[in-house]
Amino acid sequence: MRGVRNRALVTVVALAAGLLGAGSSQGADAPAAARPEAAPAAAGSCDTRSSLPPSRDESGSKIRAIKQRGKLIVGVDQNSYHWGYRNPQTGRIEGFDIDLAHAIAKALLGDPDKVVLKTVPTAKRIEAVQNGDVDLIARTMTITCDRLQQVAFSVPYFSSGQRLVVPKSAHVTSVDQGLRGKRACAADQSSSQTELKANPHGTASVRIVANQLDCLVLMQLGEVDATLTDTTLAAAQTSQDPTVELAGEQIAPAYTGIAMKKENTDLVARVNQVLADYRSDGGWQASYQHWLAASMGTDPTPYLP
Amino acid sequence: MTPVQQQAVVPAQRQPSAPATRRLLGRTTGRLRESTRTAPGRLRLAGAVLTGLLLLLGAATCWQAVGLGRATDQVVSHSEPLSENAAEIYRSLADADTTAAGNFLLAGNAPAAVHQRYQDDLAKAGRLLTEAAARTDTSSAAQGSIAKLNQQLPVYSALVATAGTYDRQGLPLGGAYLRHASELMRTTMLPTAQQLVDDERKRLDADYEDALGLPYLAAGLGVLTLAALVWCQVLLLRRTNRVFNIGMLGATAAVVLTLGWLATAGAAAQSGLGDSRDHAARPLRALDQARFSALQARAAENLDLVARGATTQYTTDWAADTKALSGGQLDQARQGAPEGSVQALTAARTAFQNWTAKHQAAATANDAGDYDTALKAVIGPGSDSSDAAFAALDQHLADAATVEQAAFRSAARGVGGWWTALAGGAVVLAALGAAGVVVGLGRRLAEYR
Repeated sequence: MRGVRNRALVTVVALAAGLLGAGSSQGADAPAAARPEAAPAAAGSCDTRSSLPPSRDESGSKIRAIKQRGKLIVGVDQNSYHWGYRNPQTGRIEGFDIDLAHAIAKALLGDPDKVVLKTVPTAKRIEAVQNGDVDLIARTMTITCDRLQQVAFSVPYFSSGQRLVVPKSAHVTSVDQGLRGKRACAADQSSSQTELKANPHGTASVRIVANQLDCLVLMQLGEVDATLTDTTLAAAQTSQDPTVELAGEQIAPAYTGIAMKKENTDLVARVNQVLADYRSDGGWQASYQHWLAASMGTDPTPYLP
Repeated sequence: MTPVQQQAVVPAQRQPSAPATRRLLGRTTGRLRESTRTAPGRLRLAGAVLTGLLLLLGAATCWQAVGLGRATDQVVSHSEPLSENAAEIYRSLADADTTAAGNFLLAGNAPAAVHQRYQDDLAKAGRLLTEAAARTDTSSAAQGSIAKLNQQLPVYSALVATAGTYDRQGLPLGGAYLRHASELMRTTMLPTAQQLVDDERKRLDADYEDALGLPYLAAGLGVLTLAALVWCQVLLLRRTNRVFNIGMLGATAAVVLTLGWLATAGAAAQSGLGDSRDHAARPLRALDQARFSALQARAAENLDLVARGATTQYTTDWAADTKALSGGQLDQARQGAPEGSVQALTAARTAFQNWTAKHQAAATANDAGDYDTALKAVIGPGSDSSDAAFAALDQHLADAATVEQAAFRSAARGVGGWWTALAGGAVVLAALGAAGVVVGLGRRLAEYR
């Protein structure tokens, strides 16, 4: 009976934390996004799912500027396996987010290769959009209320949250079981860090590192027992080490979107249309099967926003 | 009363009771007092005192010269090389970290020489640690640092190897492993190596202090003996009206020679060792710190590209290390630096400016999202890359270090020889002086028979 109540409480807290959506598990994030005490103020004031209505109109000034340039400049990650990652063998950046960048370029410019991929460090994502260094950011970026004040987001293109990564040998079936009495690991200034602060889930200790991938290193070296990180990145971890798995349920649901400059409303509306088409023409599903199915499961339903 | 009778008294009183001792003491002082009343008695006493002083002078000078010689040897062939050794351990470790990151960035395209350099760094660090352990007291703090480094070195190299394996499989986990290895190096191993360097430097300072000490006891005894000899000769001149006493003059000459030798050896030590400290060991110390910072800045530059935006820590590290270089270390390395190294140090400053300019260009490209251009600018082949600029800086600093190490050896050379020679010479001179006193005063004494 008490267990049920506890779990209910946990779920409520987790849900709240997720809705507040304080950042991404990537780490080294924009500080504003990570301040847990800043989150409640923004709680009721935003809906992370809403964006401008989709539109095929290409007469706006931003889209005209892109067409004139002939290239779409996209800020991407090069360090997230199967999302945005520089393949050391080919030197090319590839992944689910990169497919998306090509799809937008194809829609706007008629050629998926008319795109310049600019690698943007996690901490400089907002700055790059605001300065106009990139037209948009496709980089497993979680939509949060704080960020919505600084940049505009597309409608969500991926539904995520936070997942626990543990060694398979630990036989974990729930987040609570995986964390109770264990040494947990999370990235600095990530929503997972915020989550563990709000609800330690009975952890014995929490190790905070610069980047979520450092947690996998520490887990392999036996210095921590479990890692809490964004679902997207958790999957990237399990695909690099077959001896670890995603365990238990997804907590703190959140959405991933494409960030653009607030003033570029024409681009936001157009990208929303591209995302809708991308889903209806099967592009999204094909990309999912190619990059993510192996680590996240062949059924993409839980991740479709 | 002859000396023979005096000596005979002592063995007779084998186990004297308290009153007997007092009686004996009374009798001895009585005799002493009696003997100073007569001229031959006074002569004999003077002879005994002077001979004693001379032998004491010889023994003290020998003892202090041996001590100072040993201290000099300690500086020249022990603590200075150990101090250099410790700095070299630090340098090898920092170089391994830098090279490992460069290797990683080049991935499969790393030239064999770069890979070899990393292996050589690890081998060198291991060898120097073994050497340092063998030459350091088991109880010293340095031994603790050495043990720690010995234990961490294989852990570090295993992490770097794992990083390479994952990278070859095309997994970003490789970069995370390399950053983890580098963190072990930068937050644990290098501070331990710096502790070792600091301990060895402290010891070198203490040994310099010992070696540059002045032989006050020998000098004081020399002056006292000389005064006693002169006084004795003045008295003799007054009593006998004989101007020259060859024996006593010879003894005086021996003491003067001893004092002169002592002064010369002391001056040679002060100038030679002092020079080696002020114009070699100290500037070398500042130069070593500059070399450490340069290597760490280069590692940060490489690691920033390895991190691919995963963390901003390395841009912070780069800023701190280059600030340490430009904000003092390069200037300090020039202070008191021997003339031969100034040219290399000036070239190093130019190379440093060139390097930071190249870095800035690469960083601008990286910030603009042009990773490929940044990568080429940082690690690419050709003379235009930041790699070439850093290599030039590293080479100039190494050249300056070679000059300063040579300056140390040439300044400190021969100082120990002065002390060793004096240790033997002082004994011979003291013996000659004592003989002179015995002969000289014996002549006078014979006149009373």
